[in-house]
Amino acid sequence: MSPTEFTPVSGLMGGTLIGLSSIVLMLSYGRTAGASSIFSGLFTGEFNADFAWRLIFIVGVLIGAAWSGLFFFEASSVSFSGNSTTIIAGGVIVGVGTTLGGGCTSGHGICGISRLSLRSLVATIIFMAVALVTVFVTRHVLGT
Amino acid sequence: MDRLAILISGVLFGAGVAISGMVNPLKVLNFMDIFGQWDPTLILVMGAGLIVTFAGYRIVFKRPAPLFAPEFKLPTNQLIDAKLLGGAALFGLGWGMTGFCPGPAVASLVFGRTESMMFVAAMAIGMVATRHLLLRAKPAQA
Repeated sequence: MSPTEFTPVSGLMGGTLIGLSSIVLMLSYGRTAGASSIFSGLFTGEFNADFAWRLIFIVGVLIGAAWSGLFFFEASSVSFSGNSTTIIAGGVIVGVGTTLGGGCTSGHGICGISRLSLRSLVATIIFMAVALVTVFVTRHVLGT
Repeated sequence: MDRLAILISGVLFGAGVAISGMVNPLKVLNFMDIFGQWDPTLILVMGAGLIVTFAGYRIVFKRPAPLFAPEFKLPTNQLIDAKLLGGAALFGLGWGMTGFCPGPAVASLVFGRTESMMFVAAMAIGMVATRHLLLRAKPAQA
């Protein structure tokens, strides 16, 4: 596996921006900025006000990423691991898991823990632990 | 005004996951690879995100209501049940297999890579199928 460089400054900057995003959404609209829940709510088949705010947020995410790609982030550095089957299977599993568990890194890991939700803390510990074990097994046991 | 604020929140999120490098699955997998090519950047991303949100929420929740909505809509479910544990474990598995979690995966669509599109489409299918088959079409929260 190719190494990636430890980038503390952009890491802290990016984390701060994610935090500011959560604050702006809570202050303005009273919602937690959980990516899986916001995205998943687009697919209810209803195109009402609930659909609209989610779509606006996601459009913002795309604008923010595109803008960063122009000035701050080397988009060509994006690099995937595993074949199409792994990526599609992983996508389905992430979709099932975040729906069952009611959140992901942003919803549980950032917003939930910041609300001192025990449920979110437990979820975050579990998904981090399982992710670490998964990477250990795929890289050091199976050696892919 | 509410729409502009929501858009700004989205832009901040998209910029945050891109600038931090979370849109790069290799970087995320290297963070998880403590016994290999360890890249600790993600600790700082999560740490900064948590500290800023924690402090900001303390101030925001002093208000009786948000600026442009009648009330705060916070997740009410506090259950630590099999659904939460199993769901979190599955999410961790998929995250560890690919290096993608939902927010960065969606943000990475703008870089035009086929893998991003495959992952996001598969994730949407997983979400909709789960809602319909297992959760009886209840909308997700948190």
